[in-house]
Amino acid sequence: MKFLWKYLKKYQWMILLGMGLKLAGTLTELLIPYVMEHLLDHVVPQKETVPVLLWGGAMILLACVVRFLNVTANRKAVWIAKESIFTIRRDLFHSALNLSGGQTDEIGLPSLISRMTSDTYNVQNFIRAAQTLGIRAPIMLIGGVVITLTMDTGLALILCIMAPIMIGLVVFISFKGIPLYDMVQRGMDDIVRIMRENISGIRVVKALSKEPFEMRRFGGANDTTSRRDIKASIIMALPGPVVTLFLNIGLTLIVFIGAKRVNAGVTQPGVILAFLTYFNMILMGVMGLNRVFLMLSKANASAARIAEATEQQEDLAVLPAEEGATTEREGYIVFDHVTFSYAGDGGNGQQNAAAFAGSSRQQCLKDVDFTIRKGGSLGIIGATGSGKTTIINLLMRFYDPGEGHVFIDGQDVRTMDRDALRRRFGTVFQNDTIFASSIRENVVFGRNVDEERLQEALGDAMAADFVNRYEDGADHMAAIHGGNFSGGQKQRLLIARAVAAKPEILILDDSSSALDYRTDAELRKAISSRYAGTTLIVIAQRVSSIMNLDEIIVLDEGEMIGKGTHEELMRECPVYREIQQTQMGEVE
Amino acid sequence: MANRDSIMTKPKDSKGAFMRLLSYLGAFKALILLVAVLCLISNVLSLWGPTLAGSAINEAAAGINKVNFEKVAYYAVRMLAVYVSSSLITILIHMIMVNVSKRVGRKMRQDVFDKLMRLPVGFFDRNQAGDIISRVSYDVDVISTCMATDVVAILTSVVTVAGALIMMVRISPVLSLVTLVTVPASIVFTAHMRKKTQPRFVKRSRSYGAMNGFVEEQLSGQKTIQAYAYEDQIDEKYEDINHQAAEAYYDADSLAATIGPTIGFINNIGLSLITLLGSVLYMNGAIGLGNISSFVLYSRKFSGPINEVANIINELFSALAAAERVFGLLDQPEELKDAEGARTLTDVEGNVALNKVSFGYDPDRTIIHDLSMRADAGKLTAIVGPTGAGKTTIINLLMRFYDVDSGSVAVDGQDVRELTRRSLRSAYAMVLQDTWVFRGTIFDNIAYGKENATMDEVVAAAKAAHIHPFIMRLPEGYQTVISEDGGNISKGQKQLLTIARAMLYTSNMLILDEATSNVDTSTEREIQRAMRKLMTGRTCFVIAHRLSTIRNADNILVVNQGDVVEQGTHDELMQARGFYYRLYRAQFE
Repeated sequence: MKFLWKYLKKYQWMILLGMGLKLAGTLTELLIPYVMEHLLDHVVPQKETVPVLLWGGAMILLACVVRFLNVTANRKAVWIAKESIFTIRRDLFHSALNLSGGQTDEIGLPSLISRMTSDTYNVQNFIRAAQTLGIRAPIMLIGGVVITLTMDTGLALILCIMAPIMIGLVVFISFKGIPLYDMVQRGMDDIVRIMRENISGIRVVKALSKEPFEMRRFGGANDTTSRRDIKASIIMALPGPVVTLFLNIGLTLIVFIGAKRVNAGVTQPGVILAFLTYFNMILMGVMGLNRVFLMLSKANASAARIAEATEQQEDLAVLPAEEGATTEREGYIVFDHVTFSYAGDGGNGQQNAAAFAGSSRQQCLKDVDFTIRKGGSLGIIGATGSGKTTIINLLMRFYDPGEGHVFIDGQDVRTMDRDALRRRFGTVFQNDTIFASSIRENVVFGRNVDEERLQEALGDAMAADFVNRYEDGADHMAAIHGGNFSGGQKQRLLIARAVAAKPEILILDDSSSALDYRTDAELRKAISSRYAGTTLIVIAQRVSSIMNLDEIIVLDEGEMIGKGTHEELMRECPVYREIQQTQMGEVE
Repeated sequence: MANRDSIMTKPKDSKGAFMRLLSYLGAFKALILLVAVLCLISNVLSLWGPTLAGSAINEAAAGINKVNFEKVAYYAVRMLAVYVSSSLITILIHMIMVNVSKRVGRKMRQDVFDKLMRLPVGFFDRNQAGDIISRVSYDVDVISTCMATDVVAILTSVVTVAGALIMMVRISPVLSLVTLVTVPASIVFTAHMRKKTQPRFVKRSRSYGAMNGFVEEQLSGQKTIQAYAYEDQIDEKYEDINHQAAEAYYDADSLAATIGPTIGFINNIGLSLITLLGSVLYMNGAIGLGNISSFVLYSRKFSGPINEVANIINELFSALAAAERVFGLLDQPEELKDAEGARTLTDVEGNVALNKVSFGYDPDRTIIHDLSMRADAGKLTAIVGPTGAGKTTIINLLMRFYDVDSGSVAVDGQDVRELTRRSLRSAYAMVLQDTWVFRGTIFDNIAYGKENATMDEVVAAAKAAHIHPFIMRLPEGYQTVISEDGGNISKGQKQLLTIARAMLYTSNMLILDEATSNVDTSTEREIQRAMRKLMTGRTCFVIAHRLSTIRNADNILVVNQGDVVEQGTHDELMQARGFYYRLYRAQFE
């Protein structure tokens, strides 16, 4: 709730005004029966037409006022719900987008998505209802209690004993409901997850004819969630009838005790009759409150989930320059005896974090040490899981090293503004993403890249051919996850994106695996001739992709087991030689 | 592909949506009837309770020292009984309705999911995952929440309103005429507002879907966005979409928010009219004051539920809009049903033949022209060609993810269109370019293709795929849970897992789509050895860039710009000095 208040505070006057209007509306509405009673009891018996019409007119006037007040108040409530949920969603999206790798893994993408959708929806409903129902209900409750107290304090005392019990009950059950709803939302996460899995793996599912199995799997999660939902909803439906029962027991007591008091001459029978009417009002109030509490417990569970995501501490803060390490070593990029493990040696609160895109918890780097001169190039080769991608993760500061330091241009990367650091790079990751927008937007990616540069980049990435074959060229729309492109076309677009802003450092992580040798060869030629000043890091499976680079490191389970030029490694590194022979050996 | 219909553009039919919602409730006819009866009883009880109280008070009204406590106690005990049973019945009603509404929700979610499983793969290339998910999470939720609370409210109202109306007519038929003004006015107004708000609610649901689609996509590409420091601009884009969703919500709901107060207004006017008319009648001596009072009491009972329903009417409207979106998805054309009398493919030998096949994803743009080829049992067919040339298209046709436009694909001499999809697809094992794992244990991921696989079989497959040592190093070995996007294992390891999965699958035909491109070469060599074992006696289709695969192939299809431009063995193609020759030489330059 504290979390929600942060967002609602801004509108506190607006909310107060809206609630004031609702209050006025509710009170005015209560006036109508009074006017009517007055009319019937005192005006009509005089049998004069004009006063009757006047009072009747007053009723109609009041009805108009009530409508105006309620409409205005309801609209205000909708407006505030809209404005605040807009901000909550914006902040949540912003945080989700900026979570570090470890944090994303911990919460899980499907959970983040359902927080953005179904949780914000619950909160929105609550914000709105709290301002309308939240006013009406207490007024009826308090009003009813106050009036009965003034009528007969003795009898009303029964109410005063019952009230705390009832309120306690409602609050108790509502708070019981919060963890239950949390469970429901978690079930929702599972549903979202299984749907995403099936949408992305639909070809595999169909190829293996696993549709019935997947239907059952989804059915399992669906049933669990729905069972939890039923349980939570039933428990939350209890306070209403239970409170009604308590009130009615109270009423019976009042009738009985009232009869005694009448017998003793302490009270009038009419008072008991009036209690009947006002008990109804109190009852309506309690029921309304119950509904508000129901939404409150739902919203509370959801708000906590949203807060968890938005209030994540910034994982990798930028260090002040004086706290950064320094190096005497020459070189544009310096990896200074870097050791790293995703298991938490990094000491950056990533203890529980599984790795982020393409690294296993087990793998780590041990004493990795290399330098690249400005405009130089480095190839990284090694077995699956040997830590190749981890080097990139550290260089771009998705994680911090456990021991040792990473320097770019003589500066510790931890002291560099993150955006400024990352703008130096053009990167193609493994399994990189094409977004559902135009080719142009995918390549330009929000940077200052003009049309001429765009065409150059497409050309350099060997993508111009197929892009220009589209009638609308670079305005051609990419389907979701680039579904209308082949693997190779996607990789070429990704490379075009990487080179488009003429980065200082170009990183290609296994980004030519879907390219045939010929395109790969042409691409390499284009990059070495057109981006001579760019520092290049290539992670590859094929020796041919990296053999012409200045230096190559061979990784094995996080350790560098070879470093040097192609020729040197062919002479000195048996593993490298073996790789080379497997790939090229068969060709005479 | 992108220009075939997407679910975003489905025409809307809200009346149909309402009827179909009712049909969902149909399965619970008995329960709903029970609820209706229970509502009736609880209404009668709720009317009876005050009557008993009234009688008790009448007894108490006897005055000082004259109260007959036996009688009072008699009524009080009955009051208690009535109230307790009324509360129990209310609890029962809630329990039933919660069960019904959540089960309807569950049924709808399941229906949508089952539907997804029956849709052609092309559907998923055209629609955003987030939008589809939004229908299952958000839209279904709106519907089931609405049912849980609103159906009860409406049922209760119907009974109370009817009861109150009868009482009113009994007291004064003339005064009851006022309801002839207010009730039609309420109905006309609500119908009018429904017409006005419905498109806004549809728009609201749609913009929520679009927003969720965007969110899903961007968060999936989070790392890339961070790598390019693109977060702020994505934030800005989201700001727009978020804004549109917020405004769509405001448009719909602020208009709907006037309904409740307006219905209340109509009722208050009704009350005023009754009072005025009653006064006139009284002054003419046509009615007693007491009768006016009780008439007013009943007319309040009459208008109360109407007010209540009017206040939740916007929930009903948004539920209808949500239902339209759900039904829109359920109405998508499914993968064509298996042909009438489709045969089950059994005892597959693995003779595959393509006969004069033409195909295009877009009906107007044929990309494969007149392709004929044969792959006899146990033979290896390699498919090579520059990127984007359409190599995966051939796989799509073999597996019948798409049907050919003309010509035919045949397995063992039988046209695949005359076979059941299930038997055709299960005749292939495949490892796709985009490796896919799901959240579950390593064991489950490997055993995915084979029901009731034993641990021994899984371990053997993992060993054959050379992933066993890696798995054993994980904290819980084969029981280690890997996460949804396989984020905690590398792409290469995922590929090994999917290879292990394929190893376990006993089928006579094998499809490898760039299957080994992410495995380092030394591992690959061993995999290749295992693969060769797996490939023995099987018909294989391999999209490969590796020389060894290409050179061993019995037939090489050379694909360029969607079409097969050459085919033959390596030696034949090298001698021909055509496209393949140039492609092959390129890697040594």
